[in-house]
Amino acid sequence: MSTNTTNQNRSGLEKFWDNLRALPEYFRGTAFRTGVPNTDRTRSSFVFGNLFLHLHSVRTHLWSLKWSTTMGLGIITTAAFLITLITGVLLMFYYKPYPDVAYLSMKDIHFVVPTGRFIRNIHRWAANIMVVTVILHMARAFYTAAYRKPREFNWLMGIALLAITLAMSFTGYLLPWDQLAYWAITIGANIAQSPRELTDALGLTEYIDPGGLIRLLLLGSDNVGPEALIRFYLLHIMILPLILAMLMGVHFWRIRKDGGLARPVDAESRLGVLPTNTYPVFTQAPAKTYQLAAVVKGRTPLVGRGPESTVPSMPHLFYAELAVLMFTVFICVTLALISDAPLKELANPSVPENPAKAPWYFLGLQELVSFSAFMGGIGIPTIVMIGLGLIPFLDREENGTGEWFGGTGGLDVVKRATFIGLAVPIFIETIAISFGWIREWFPQTPQIIVTFINPATIITLAYALYSIYLVRRYNSTRAGALGLFTCFLCGFLVLTIIGTYFRGPNWVFYWSPLDWPKH
Amino acid sequence: MTEESPKKSRLDPEPIARRDFLGLSALFAAASTLFFALLGMLKLPKTAVLSSPSKKFPVVLPDSLATGEAFIPQGRSVAVFRDEKGVYAISTICTHLGCVVKNNPEGFECPCHGSRFSVDGTVTKGPAPRPLPWLKVTRNGDKWLVDETTIVTPGTKAT
Ligand code: HEM
Ligand code: FES
Repeated sequence: MSTNTTNQNRSGLEKFWDNLRALPEYFRGTAFRTGVPNTDRTRSSFVFGNLFLHLHSVRTHLWSLKWSTTMGLGIITTAAFLITLITGVLLMFYYKPYPDVAYLSMKDIHFVVPTGRFIRNIHRWAANIMVVTVILHMARAFYTAAYRKPREFNWLMGIALLAITLAMSFTGYLLPWDQLAYWAITIGANIAQSPRELTDALGLTEYIDPGGLIRLLLLGSDNVGPEALIRFYLLHIMILPLILAMLMGVHFWRIRKDGGLARPVDAESRLGVLPTNTYPVFTQAPAKTYQLAAVVKGRTPLVGRGPESTVPSMPHLFYAELAVLMFTVFICVTLALISDAPLKELANPSVPENPAKAPWYFLGLQELVSFSAFMGGIGIPTIVMIGLGLIPFLDREENGTGEWFGGTGGLDVVKRATFIGLAVPIFIETIAISFGWIREWFPQTPQIIVTFINPATIITLAYALYSIYLVRRYNSTRAGALGLFTCFLCGFLVLTIIGTYFRGPNWVFYWSPLDWPKH
Repeated sequence: MTEESPKKSRLDPEPIARRDFLGLSALFAAASTLFFALLGMLKLPKTAVLSSPSKKFPVVLPDSLATGEAFIPQGRSVAVFRDEKGVYAISTICTHLGCVVKNNPEGFECPCHGSRFSVDGTVTKGPAPRPLPWLKVTRNGDKWLVDETTIVTPGTKAT
């Protein structure tokens, strides 16, 4: 080979041999055009040259990397979603969506399939973790006042993500086709039908019946049977995950377009002395990567804010994200080893499970539903969702953005609202549990009164009035929002705990499951 | 092109007459086509024929059935009673959220959110919005035909 100097002189076979030897190197060059990410420039192109990474911006503000800014909650939610995706696909190898057969295939997965139970446990735990962290993530975005301009739209995306995350869990709950699943879905489907409670009371059901239509579309029949199972399956493995993934893409993209995570105006000075590996990009960096910003009309993300306290996303942000992913995997696997996902007896349409309980995060709703199906199952959840969605549009104050409990009132309001938020539902529930409600006092009461005056609506109204009071007292919309959101979290907590631990057979109050009647 | 407002930058776009009639009507046509196509597609998931078993079924009552004692046909959510005035059937599907109520001497009791009903199906406690419906019963030789799709006024008994 040493005799040949140029490629032209080499024989075809030799050229082939050379190409073959150069293959790994050459292939790497075609896939990753920019080489090892070890300079500012290659680190930037490492990010924007990659379809998946370029949802991130190439540099990340140090404020965003502080653990207290996000607590990693959004990333944990994303990681949990990825875990459910992978384990879910594995479960699909054996799961068969047909009544009774479905239950048998769950039993197979649980008892026969190698690692089947383990994978199912991970799936179940990751789904639960996702629900917990999506709520906590929303709370952190709220309490750091990160929903404000220009992030209003992303807050709405978040609300949609919350709703779909819950829908994913709910549809997944039916798939095992055991007693728990069957009765939870029967109740859920009838909640969907509960606008009938209203149309019935008004005598309109004959003419328009939105409740009945929703239920028919959901179940594909008038009872929970094969049609319902295949529909829930389709929603669970296909429609909802696709929508969720798409909205997550928009959510992430918007974070970047909104100029990274929210941070206080004086973030720079609060961060103090910059770490040694950072330096002002615009003056010293070998190549700035912001040229594109010049042709974009309007405000670019960094206008008005120097990029001085930023570090390259590769490796600082990506390694942090990877660490959070590994942490989430670790938690899921550990929980899956410790505790098995439940599987009750085969679904029996003529004997309800007693008590028939939905997954834990719906038990607060179930508690409300036990006062009025329509208000508890549809009316109040809708009001809450709309209320949450309106927050960034009704509170447009600017002080405190990006700070924990930032804005007027701050931690003070949160503490007071926590007290009210816990006291109101505990008080109302105590009355309802000890003395019953209107129907027990006046048996002839028409349904429409029970629908609109019941513990669920009273708690909601009390919360709303309290927040209006806060807006007046502090003369600040942020104070009202802080109060309302805190009350909402507290109410959710109290009702969920009552529904989970203190309700027994026939939804009767018991201090402990040990007191449940034996049958 | 008469107005002489100073151009802010060479990158500012030239004004384009977008609101031309043809463009708008094309957009409108496309939008309405997609809208109606979507509506039409919704017809598919809305079932026309329900897959559930027939809602009319015959019942043979045991001779030993006492007054006020419920007979529950196998696999059905209906309680059939017989007294001196005749035979009647009450649905055992809770009008709250569809659990199956249990019959007891005082009436019916729902395990899911604690609704209670009296022996004639009237709500006495809990969140159920409506009384348990009475179903149509007709005689057919020594059998009784129960029709779950037809609701009759409480008190109607077949002989
Ligand atoms: C599947 C559900 C969700 C996923 C996977 C997700 C993911 C993320 C991630 C990774 C971030 C980056 C910062 C962080 O890690 O905290 C983020 C930011 C954000 N999220 Fe979410 N999120 C979800 C749901 C929600 C919900 C329910 C809300 C609120 C209603 C929300 C509102 C926001 C807002 C406003 C930001 C920007 C925060 C800031 O600028 O500081 N997201 N999300
Ligand atoms: S389903 Fe009977 S009380 Fe709720």
